[in-house]
Amino acid sequence: MTGRLALGLAAILLLAFLLSPESFAPLLRPLTRNGAPPVYTQTSLLSLTFSHLGMVAGAVLAASVLAVGFGVLVTRPFGRDFLPLARTVASVGQTFPPVAVLALAVPVMGFGTGPTLLALFLYGLLPIFENTLAGLTNLPPQVIEAARGMGMTPAQRLWRVELPLALPVILSGVRLSAVIALSTATIGSTVAARTLGEVIIAGLLSSNTAFVVQGGIVVGILALLIHAGFRWIEGRAAGWTRARS
Amino acid sequence: MIEIEHLTKRYGALAAVDDVSLTVERGQIAALVGTSGSGKTTLLRMINRLVEPTSGRVRIDGTDTAALPPHLLRRRIGYAIQGHGLFPHRTVAQNIATVPRLLGWDRARIAARVDELLELFQLPPAEFRDRMPHQLSGGQQQRVGVARALAARPDLLLMDEPFGALDPVIRAQAQTDLRRIQRELGTTLVIVTHDMAEAITLGDRIAVMEQGRLLQYAPPREILTAPATPFVARLIGRDERPFHLLSLTCVADLIQPGEAEGPPLAPGASLRDALSLCLWTGRAALPVEGGGVVTLEALRRAAEGRSP
Repeated sequence: MTGRLALGLAAILLLAFLLSPESFAPLLRPLTRNGAPPVYTQTSLLSLTFSHLGMVAGAVLAASVLAVGFGVLVTRPFGRDFLPLARTVASVGQTFPPVAVLALAVPVMGFGTGPTLLALFLYGLLPIFENTLAGLTNLPPQVIEAARGMGMTPAQRLWRVELPLALPVILSGVRLSAVIALSTATIGSTVAARTLGEVIIAGLLSSNTAFVVQGGIVVGILALLIHAGFRWIEGRAAGWTRARS
Repeated sequence: MIEIEHLTKRYGALAAVDDVSLTVERGQIAALVGTSGSGKTTLLRMINRLVEPTSGRVRIDGTDTAALPPHLLRRRIGYAIQGHGLFPHRTVAQNIATVPRLLGWDRARIAARVDELLELFQLPPAEFRDRMPHQLSGGQQQRVGVARALAARPDLLLMDEPFGALDPVIRAQAQTDLRRIQRELGTTLVIVTHDMAEAITLGDRIAVMEQGRLLQYAPPREILTAPATPFVARLIGRDERPFHLLSLTCVADLIQPGEAEGPPLAPGASLRDALSLCLWTGRAALPVEGGGVVTLEALRRAAEGRSP
């Protein structure tokens, strides 16, 4: 209950700050020196936030489709041979530092949104893929046996039994990816993607702590809200596991 | 009617089921017993092709099961397993409706069938229809599992240790209910169990298996009085034989004219119950409802394995 209240407050605070950043100026002024501006005004914070969230959503959505798709393929009888290979590829994607992805992608894709989306997408694959595998391979064997015995085709088993039962686990992978992508996206500003990282980097370049703090706090609160939102959806998807009578 | 002909399943060099032939008549119950690893479950699973036979064939009412696509075959055969295997994310009604939905029944027909089955299994539909499996007791889950297996009115029902997870009290009730429902519907039933007492209670015929081979396939009385091999005798248990035998017959078949003291026994009670009551109360004869008595002497003779 207290947690929900705190989240609600944080959400209201965030909304207030994004809609009217100037009214928070007195709070942030003590963090500035030599009369530097306390609030970032180069670009509207609201539009930066939307652009940031849009990139995260796009990258995570694409990563989910691909990772869940592959997770399903390599757990089918005909795809099992590719399971180790798929695992390796996804792990390598995760080991590669996002900055390196950006650096390598810029010469090919140019500055802007492209390289950042690519980095977020690659980074989002592994958690979703791993969780899809975990969800689809740890199903209660009796339930699967029953589904076969009832006369469901493999596709019917997948859609009606396996995916619904694995959904909570898959969603927690998506949540992990989304939260990681949210923080990783800030780095995208180094290659001129329009994200909240712009505010932080501007602060670092001009030694303006107020900029760094406001950028950081906005990203932080967004991460908390996304995390909570996903937890709520996971709870709904897993409603059948808990006694709620 | 199921005809199993020279059915074999090999895993590499090992034969899990080795040249088994048997026939189950329409409306009869065949109980497959044996120790674990005897091949009884594999034999059962070959009937609905959850396991594909290496050789031999199964015919159901004359149709070779190999002639149908497996998933279509399975929709015609009821299947209930130990631990029920209910879909945890579906309500009781949705679980029971699984096969009718696969068969494309319309909504109203499915709803009517679900309620009919819930009534049959003494689960009031209004109360149970919308519950989730985890909100049921073990016995209720098991009943829903069997109801689901019977939903599309299959002529044949396969059960693999369906009562394995139940405690003894609920188990006995579940067996009685199954017997009643099976007689009512006229379903042919093949049930796998490792419990000899269950096989004797339920089976019209018992198939004893060991290491993939069928040792004996006969009515319970014959299994008890003329076990084909020492293994069959061991499986029955030397000590249990007379009691198993008594449990096969009901009091009505052993009534003699006469009078006796005490509260009367139901004619449907088994001889085993009668013996137990004689010994417990120290009486030589018990009255039976509707007149007549059953004597300890008659019980003693019945337990010798001659016809009562």
